[in-house]
Amino acid sequence: MSINFTLVGQMVFFIVFVLFCMKYVWPPITQAMKERADKIADGLAAADRAEHDLEMAKERASEQLKEAKAEAAKIIEQAKKRGDQMVEDAKRKAQEEAERVRVAAESEVEQQVAKAREELRSQVAALAVSGAERILGDTVDASKHSAMLDKLSAEL
Amino acid sequence: MATETETVDTAYYIQHHLQNLVYGKLPAGYERNYEGHVEVLDEAKWTWAHGAEDVAAMGFNAVHVDSLAWSFGLGVLFCLLFASVARKASTGVPGKLQNLVEVFVEFTQNNVRDTFHGRNPVIAPLALTVFVWVLLMNMLKLIPVDLVPEIMKLFGVEYQKIVPSTDPNITLAMSFGVFFLIIYYSIKVKGIGGFAKELSLQPFNHWAFIPFNLLLETIALIAKPISMGLRLFGNMYAGEIIFILIATMFMGSLALGVFGGLLQVSWAIFHLLVIPLQAFIFMVLTLVYLSMAHEDH
Repeated sequence: MSINFTLVGQMVFFIVFVLFCMKYVWPPITQAMKERADKIADGLAAADRAEHDLEMAKERASEQLKEAKAEAAKIIEQAKKRGDQMVEDAKRKAQEEAERVRVAAESEVEQQVAKAREELRSQVAALAVSGAERILGDTVDASKHSAMLDKLSAEL
Repeated sequence: MATETETVDTAYYIQHHLQNLVYGKLPAGYERNYEGHVEVLDEAKWTWAHGAEDVAAMGFNAVHVDSLAWSFGLGVLFCLLFASVARKASTGVPGKLQNLVEVFVEFTQNNVRDTFHGRNPVIAPLALTVFVWVLLMNMLKLIPVDLVPEIMKLFGVEYQKIVPSTDPNITLAMSFGVFFLIIYYSIKVKGIGGFAKELSLQPFNHWAFIPFNLLLETIALIAKPISMGLRLFGNMYAGEIIFILIATMFMGSLALGVFGGLLQVSWAIFHLLVIPLQAFIFMVLTLVYLSMAHEDH
């Protein structure tokens, strides 16, 4: 338990180890720890930022979605209107066409009737002449009696 | 462990365990009594000490080889371990060893930050070295007291005391190392005049009290390293003696041996507390004293 030269030896070791620690142990380890702490702090900040960005992107996306929906509704509305219009046009055209066809048919019918009447008339005149011939037993000179015949046919 | 030593009495066993392995200079004319024959030395001679008389005759010219070797080995272990981690220190995910080392570094860093408010690149590495080194030295205590000495005996080494912190030379060397730093920084920060003023004008600020103040402050100053070194030594030495006393129980009956085993386990568990605590106290006192040295009034 006596104090002796050991004390001096230990003191030398002590100084050597402290100097070693000061030069080769403490600075690199604390440096690495500090850098890691900074890195983690940066990472957390980046995560926060990313979260914020995500929030904003979501907002923008929903806004765009809303816009797109409105646009689509507008387009549909227009399409519907256009469709209605087309249907309306088609209807009108069809009606016009029908009217035209009807008018044409009517005029044709009238023509036909007139023609038939004319024919009938001429036939009636012929019939009347031939009937009169038979009755009279003589030939009726058509040219002689044409005035009377015409009068007759006009009465028909 | 000591079954073959029935003839060896307990007192010898204990003394043997408390004896360092000493290499020193025996003075001329010393009567050396070793294993029966007496030898008178014609001239001073450096040799291994055999027993307490030799050590006493050597005086200051002796070296506790075991204490120095173990403390040096542990210091090297500390340096290599920490330096290897420091060289590969990554800022990414740390490995297990790096985690362990960083726990110590961070613990020290926090203590330094709490206690020491100046800027000094020496303080933190000093505290780390002190803490880890003393912790490692203290931890050797958990090795059963007979294990290493018996193994060393097989190699012809007579004495072996493996816990360096049970040697006052070791603890006082470290505390005096701190003491020199206290003096150095006191003078550096406050100047010689400021340091002298601090020593002579406190606690009674009057010229008539200067000698009295000087006496008080000098005693207080010197008491710092001595109390610090002796505190560590005392705690470790007392614990070691208890371990040795418990170990003597194994020489008795089986029942006593079993009881001794239980005692040894509980004492070792208790030391799981004492070992880091004493290392921590040594470090904190280092920080506190150096912090006081940096304070300018």
